[in-house]
Amino acid sequence: MKALRRAYLGLVLVFLYAPIAVLVVYSFNQSETRAVWGGLSLKWYQALFHDKNILDALYVTVSVAALATMAATVLGTIAAIGIHSMKSWTRDLFMNVTNLPMLMPDIVTGISLMILFIFMKVPRGYGTMLLAHVTFDIPYVIFSVLPRLKRMNPNLYEAALDLGARPQTALLKVILPEILPGVITGALLSFTMSLDDFAISYFTSVRTANLSMLIYSMTRRKVPPTINALSAIMFVTVLVLLFVVNNRGSDTGRGRGTSGGSAP
Amino acid sequence: MVEDMHLIELENCTKEFDGFEALKQVSLYIRKQEFVTLLGPSGCGKTTTLRLIGGFEQPTTGRVFFEGTDITGVPPYRRSVNTVFQKYALFPHLDVFENIAFGLKIAKVQKADIKRRVAEMLELVGLRGYEKRDIEALSGGQQQRVAIARALVNEPEVLLLDEPLGALDQRLRKDMQLELKKMQQRLGITFLYVTHDQEEALTMSDTIVVMREGRIQQIGTPKKIYDEPKNAFVADFIGESNILPGVMLYDRRVRFADFEFTCEDSGFGTNAPVDVVVRPEDIVVYPDRGMLKGIVRSVLFKGVHYEMMVDTGAFTFKVHSTMMQPEGAEIGLSILPDGIHIMRKSEPVKDPQEEGEAL
Amino acid sequence: MKRSYFAAPYGLWMAVFTIVPIFLIAYYAFTLGGGFSIENFRMFLEPAFVGILTFSLWLAFLCTVICLVIGYPAALLLAAKDMKRSSIVVVLFVIPMWMNFLLRTYAWMTLLEDTGLINRFLEWIGIGRQRLMYTEQAVLMGMVYNFLPFMIFPVYSVLSKRDERLLEAAQDLGANAFMTFLRVTFPLSVPGIVSGVTMVFMPAVTTFVIPRLLGGGTFMMFGDLIENQFLTMDDWHFGSALSLIMMVLILISVGILNRADPSGQAAEGGGLW
Repeated sequence: MKALRRAYLGLVLVFLYAPIAVLVVYSFNQSETRAVWGGLSLKWYQALFHDKNILDALYVTVSVAALATMAATVLGTIAAIGIHSMKSWTRDLFMNVTNLPMLMPDIVTGISLMILFIFMKVPRGYGTMLLAHVTFDIPYVIFSVLPRLKRMNPNLYEAALDLGARPQTALLKVILPEILPGVITGALLSFTMSLDDFAISYFTSVRTANLSMLIYSMTRRKVPPTINALSAIMFVTVLVLLFVVNNRGSDTGRGRGTSGGSAP
Repeated sequence: MVEDMHLIELENCTKEFDGFEALKQVSLYIRKQEFVTLLGPSGCGKTTTLRLIGGFEQPTTGRVFFEGTDITGVPPYRRSVNTVFQKYALFPHLDVFENIAFGLKIAKVQKADIKRRVAEMLELVGLRGYEKRDIEALSGGQQQRVAIARALVNEPEVLLLDEPLGALDQRLRKDMQLELKKMQQRLGITFLYVTHDQEEALTMSDTIVVMREGRIQQIGTPKKIYDEPKNAFVADFIGESNILPGVMLYDRRVRFADFEFTCEDSGFGTNAPVDVVVRPEDIVVYPDRGMLKGIVRSVLFKGVHYEMMVDTGAFTFKVHSTMMQPEGAEIGLSILPDGIHIMRKSEPVKDPQEEGEAL
Repeated sequence: MKRSYFAAPYGLWMAVFTIVPIFLIAYYAFTLGGGFSIENFRMFLEPAFVGILTFSLWLAFLCTVICLVIGYPAALLLAAKDMKRSSIVVVLFVIPMWMNFLLRTYAWMTLLEDTGLINRFLEWIGIGRQRLMYTEQAVLMGMVYNFLPFMIFPVYSVLSKRDERLLEAAQDLGANAFMTFLRVTFPLSVPGIVSGVTMVFMPAVTTFVIPRLLGGGTFMMFGDLIENQFLTMDDWHFGSALSLIMMVLILISVGILNRADPSGQAAEGGGLW
C-alpha cells in the first residue's frame, strides 16, 4: 500500500520534472540542434554569459523584481497596519480593492495598465513595467501581513505605550517585530511573482524586455540552446533558494509555534 | 496605611462606543496606597474605567484627574501609571530581561541601572535568573509574574491590573492573590484591580467598587459591601443570598415570607415596599421549632456545610448549615435581627451572563 | 494622527493604477466612433467569437478536471501522516511552480516537436512519428503541466492542517477508511478544492501564451483574441469589451465558487506558501 502511494507521487513528480530535466540535459549538448546528441559540452554556458540580450533581460528582471518588492513591501506593510485599524465599511472597501488585482486575469491587468500609460502619454519601458509590478505586488504583501496583525494581541501596542513608548517607537519596536514574518513572506511572494511575470510586463513595456518577454519572442523565431543553459541555472537557483527558505520556515516554526505556514 | 489624598479622580465620566454607552456618569476617587477593586459582570464597564485611567481611551464626556491636575487627553506614554494586561501582552519577540527593561530603555535609564533594577524585580516576583528565558517557554504563572515585573519596574504611582489572574488555575490564583496583596503593602503602590470574581475582590481590596451596565452600584469596604449591600444586584453578586420582597412596617419591623421580623434598619418610612436580603448562613435551622416552618426540598454537601433549599410555602430559602436535614423533613427556620438587610426597591436583577462584553 | 490614514498612500496608488484603468477599459468598451455604443458587445455575439469563448471555457474546464483528478490524490498522499515529516517531498512539488512560466512551456515544445524526444521514442518502438505540436491536446497538456501545482497546493495545505483526532474520532465511531474519507476528509478539503479550482481555471481560461507556443496559432483562445485586438488589430473598443466580458465572467465564477465555500478560506489566497 505504502509502495503504491510512493509510486503515485513518484509518477506525478516525473511528469513535473521530465521537461525540466530534458532542458538541463540539452544544455550540455555539444550540438546546436536538439535532434542530434553531439557529446558533452559547456559551450552554451559560455555563450550565455556573452549574450548581451539575455544578460540585459536578466538584469531587467532581477532589478525590477527587487525594486518592486522593496516598494510594495513598504507601501503594503504600512497599508496593512492602516487597514487593520479601520472601521468596518472602509475596511471592506479597501479589502475589495486589494482583492481586485488578484482576481483580475493578468492579461486584463496588463491591458488596463497599457491603456492607462498610453492614455497619459507615458512611454512604455522600464519605469512603467516597474509601476505595474509594484501594483500587482502590493496585495500579496497586504494579504501576508494582515493575518499576522489579526493574530497579534491587541494589547501589545498599548503595553508599549503604557511603558512610555511613543506611537512611532511602539510601531517600530513592538508591532514591526511581531509582523515581520508576514512582511518577509509578502516580500518573498512579491519577488517571485515579479520574477515570473510575463503577461503584465508584456503589455506595460515595449522598449525594455524582461526574461519572460525575451524567451517569448525567441520562441516565435528560433530558440538558441543558450536558453537551455539559462533554464538549468535558474532551476538550480530555485532549488537552492527554496531549500534555504524552507529551513528558515521550519526554524521559526519551532521557536514560535505560531509561524502558521509562512514558508512552503 | 491608606492616605487621605485623592491620587486619581474620575469626574462624571461617560464613554460611548458607536452609540453604545459603556460608562454612564461615573465619578470615583482613589486614594494614595489604596487597593481598589472594580468588580462586576462582563460588560459592566470596569475595564473601560481602567482604560480611561491608563489613557488608552478618552472619556466621551467628563474629566480624569491625577494628583489634582486634569490629565484627560494625556497619552498613555506620558502617564505615571502602568498596566498589567488581561492576557499579559508580553512582547513575544523579546526575552524576559528585554521585556522588563522595555520601559527603562525608553526612559533612557543607564545600562547598569537597568540591569540592577530588572534583577531586583525578578527577585521580587520570584523569577531570579530567568533573564534570558524565551517568553513562550514560560508557564502562565511565570508570564504573569513577568508582566507584573515589567509594570512595577517603572515605579508607577498606580498599578492598573486588568483581570490579571483570569488565565490561571484555581490553586495558582489563590497563591497569587496573597502575593499581590503582600507586594502592594510592601511597595506602598496604589493598585487599581479589575475582576469579576467577588471572592478575589473581598480577599484583596481596601475598597470595592461594584459596577453594573456602566454605572457604579456601590463603593465601600469589603465588609460593608458584604454586610450592607445597597441593592439587590450587589447582594446577589457578592456572596450568596436570598432576596425577597417585603414591606417595612415601621422602623425596625419588617414583614416578608408571611411573617413579621424584627430588624436593625430604620428610616424607610411606614408600610414601604422594600427588598430584603438574608444570607444563607444567617438562617438558623432547628429540627422542630423556629419562626418559619418549611420542607427540605434538596440537600447538597458543599465541603464545610450543607446547602439546603427549604420551602416555607411563601418562599424557598437557600440555607447553609453544618447540620444535615434529610430531604422531605419538616424543619424550623429563624432569622436574627442582624441577619436581615433592608434595601430600597431596585429594578430586577438581570442574569449577567446574558449581557455582552462591552469591550 | 489616526492609524487608518496609514492606508492613504496605498489607496491613492490603487485608485490610479487599478480603479482608473478599469474605468478606462469600461470607457472604451462602451464607446465607438466617439459616442456611447454597445456595438462592441453586439459584435461579440457573432458565432465566431462566441465559439472562441466556449472553446476556451471547455479547454479550461478539461484542464481543471484533469488537474483535480491527478492533483487531489497527490495532495491527499502528501498530507498523509507518514508523509508529514518529510517536508522535502513537499518542496519537491513546489519547485516546478517557481520555474519561469515561459521556460516551463518552452520545455514542452522541446518534448513535443516533430523531432522531439517523445516522437523519437515513438519511432524507436515502431509507432512512427506523430503530429504532437500545434494540437488541442498539446495546449491542454501544457496547461495541465503549468497549473497542476496550483491544484495540489491549496488542497494539501487544507488537508495537512486537519486535526488527526478527527480521523481517529471517525474510526472510533465505526467508519471504515472509505467512509472516513467520504464523511470527514473530503468535506474538510472542500475549501482547498474551491481554492485550487479557482487557481487553475482562471489562468487556464485567460492564458494566451500556452496556445501561442504549443498551439502555434492554429486555433484561437479567448486570451489570444483579446491580445490580438490590442496588439494586432488595434481595435481597443472591441478588445476592451472582450476584457470586460472576461472580467465579469471571472468575478461571477469566483462568486459561485466562494458560495460553495462559505468559510471563505479560498478567498484568503490559497496557500501557495
